[in-house]
Amino acid sequence: MRKLFKDYEVRQYVVQVIFSVTFAFSCTMFELIIFEILGVLNSSSRYFHWKLNLCVILLILVFMVPFYIGYFVVSNIRLLHRQKLLFACVLWLTFMYFFWKLGDPFPILSPKHGILSIEQLISRVGVIGVTLMALLSGFGAVNCPYTYMSYFLRNVTDADILALERRLLQTMDMIISKKKRIAVAHRTMFQRGEVHNKPTGFWGMIKSVTTSVAGSENLSLIQQEVDALEELSRQLFLETADLHATKERIEYSKTFQGKYFNFLGYFFSIYCVWKIFMATINIVFDRVGKTDPVTRGIEITVNYLGIQFDVKFWSQHISFILVGIIIVTSIRGLLITLTKFFYAISSSKSSNVIVLLLAQIMGMYFVSSVLLIRMSMPLEYRTIITEVLGELQFNFYHRWFDVIFLVSALSSILFLYLAHKQAPEKHMAL
Amino acid sequence: MAALDRVKVLVLGDSGVGKSSLVHLLCHNQVLGNPSWTVGCSVDVRIHDYKEGTPEEKTYYIELWDVGGSVGSATSVKSTRAVFYNSLNGIILVHDLTNKKSSQNLYRWSLEALNRDVAPTGVLVTNGDYDREQFADNQIPLLVIGTKLDQIPETKRNEVLTRTAFLAEDFNAEEINLDCTNPRYLAAGSSNAVKLSRFFDKVIEKRYFFKRWQSRFLASRKERDLEEEH
Repeated sequence: MRKLFKDYEVRQYVVQVIFSVTFAFSCTMFELIIFEILGVLNSSSRYFHWKLNLCVILLILVFMVPFYIGYFVVSNIRLLHRQKLLFACVLWLTFMYFFWKLGDPFPILSPKHGILSIEQLISRVGVIGVTLMALLSGFGAVNCPYTYMSYFLRNVTDADILALERRLLQTMDMIISKKKRIAVAHRTMFQRGEVHNKPTGFWGMIKSVTTSVAGSENLSLIQQEVDALEELSRQLFLETADLHATKERIEYSKTFQGKYFNFLGYFFSIYCVWKIFMATINIVFDRVGKTDPVTRGIEITVNYLGIQFDVKFWSQHISFILVGIIIVTSIRGLLITLTKFFYAISSSKSSNVIVLLLAQIMGMYFVSSVLLIRMSMPLEYRTIITEVLGELQFNFYHRWFDVIFLVSALSSILFLYLAHKQAPEKHMAL
Repeated sequence: MAALDRVKVLVLGDSGVGKSSLVHLLCHNQVLGNPSWTVGCSVDVRIHDYKEGTPEEKTYYIELWDVGGSVGSATSVKSTRAVFYNSLNGIILVHDLTNKKSSQNLYRWSLEALNRDVAPTGVLVTNGDYDREQFADNQIPLLVIGTKLDQIPETKRNEVLTRTAFLAEDFNAEEINLDCTNPRYLAAGSSNAVKLSRFFDKVIEKRYFFKRWQSRFLASRKERDLEEEH
């Protein structure tokens, strides 16, 4: 937490508490999954803990966090300072309304359940969370190999950087000289205007218009030029920063660590391509896998290689390891992305709102990853999740995830391709 | 008008402390209506009368370079910013009175700017830590400005002002505390305006009248050393 708030002070203690609580409960959920696999604790007590955990998390996600978000947004707008609570409640009710409406177009409502049951809430939270997860993983799946592999790095020499810096400084000098002219003109007008600036009736005004019209026209022209030059200087600055960053990456890739990451990048890219491929197949052939990868993998090995395996024993351990890895990497990836995002957009005014938004996103993300993890676990462990979460249409969620994942991956490929193409063209034009 | 001589002053500080508003106030005597984030560097020009009111009065342009960014940026951004630190004649350090972190970051800002511009005689040997002696020997005039004074409630004002007084002493610099949305603080004749004018005079003097400045500088140092001995 300290890392997130290193440069900006988030004064409100409440915000910090809420964030930590959300995070803590989400992690507890994952711990419960692991306990499930390992067989720790009594079965009924596990069930109880699951229920308790879910209730608390849903309470926080659906009731408390949105309310506080509304409260802080309203307190940022100076106009509505008086009736903060009232407006916060209004915002919260709007949120609940939209939240409810969200459920309508999806086939998740079954007539058996009442209005305020856990299943309803989870289904909606699940939809939002799954969408988010799919977007993030789609983008991550494409961005990861792009960042890691040095194949994509453009070649940047010191001369390029120096040339660009020189252009930047020249632009700044031009801006300065123009601003000097404006300042001098203003000063002389001010000094002259002191004498003339008593509009003695109609004629005085006409005289002041004709004497200064030449000066002011010139000034507005210069001002426009200055604005254009400032825009140019901003662009040049961003390009220079980009070049410096690329140069740093090139140097980093020459070290051992860089080479190691490069190697990983190749692996990752194969994995990502495979995932995209699987998603396409799932959608095209309209099939949702019944058995999890681990058991299938072991079955295939046993059948093809004819090795005598104690399937149950090994499947338990392997699935435990796999699930553990998935959990850890997804938590780590999420936190890193959140930290970067937070640095990029935070300011001292809105840091409270942003922290709460992040807590909300994180909570939804974790709830839905529990939903989806069910897919990767062997049959006997699935039962408890199915029990706890009630009768949700799990298949729907998996399909929805695949669709959004595919869409997000394809659009991020397109986006990165365009960005990559644009940059070398800009440098050619220099 | 004849070509006026040029002087470069950097305006440094964390994101959102009010550097752009401050620069606008200093140069146009008007409050900035719609402050937005500064990307890269924005420059503005202030016409300053050196030694106003004396027969030696001469007009100079002072360029205020307002560099945006945060002190914890990646090395690539820092090296990009470093291109603006060439040949500077003075530094204005801006911090937010309501945000303690921004005052603490001023040390790192000043080190970043001063390490870049190393004069052949006054080499700053540093490993990034702050050392008061360096600022005593520092030949580039500094000024510390605290903004958002209006947002501090009356009860806390004294405590905040003592803290900033210590800060300014550490930098061996003058300090001004004001609110960038109110031009009253820099009205002609107020003590703030006098301090500002003195600072700009010091910058110009160091740039153009080195001998005169040097003798004054050495005299003040000798005075301070004598004080410390007692």
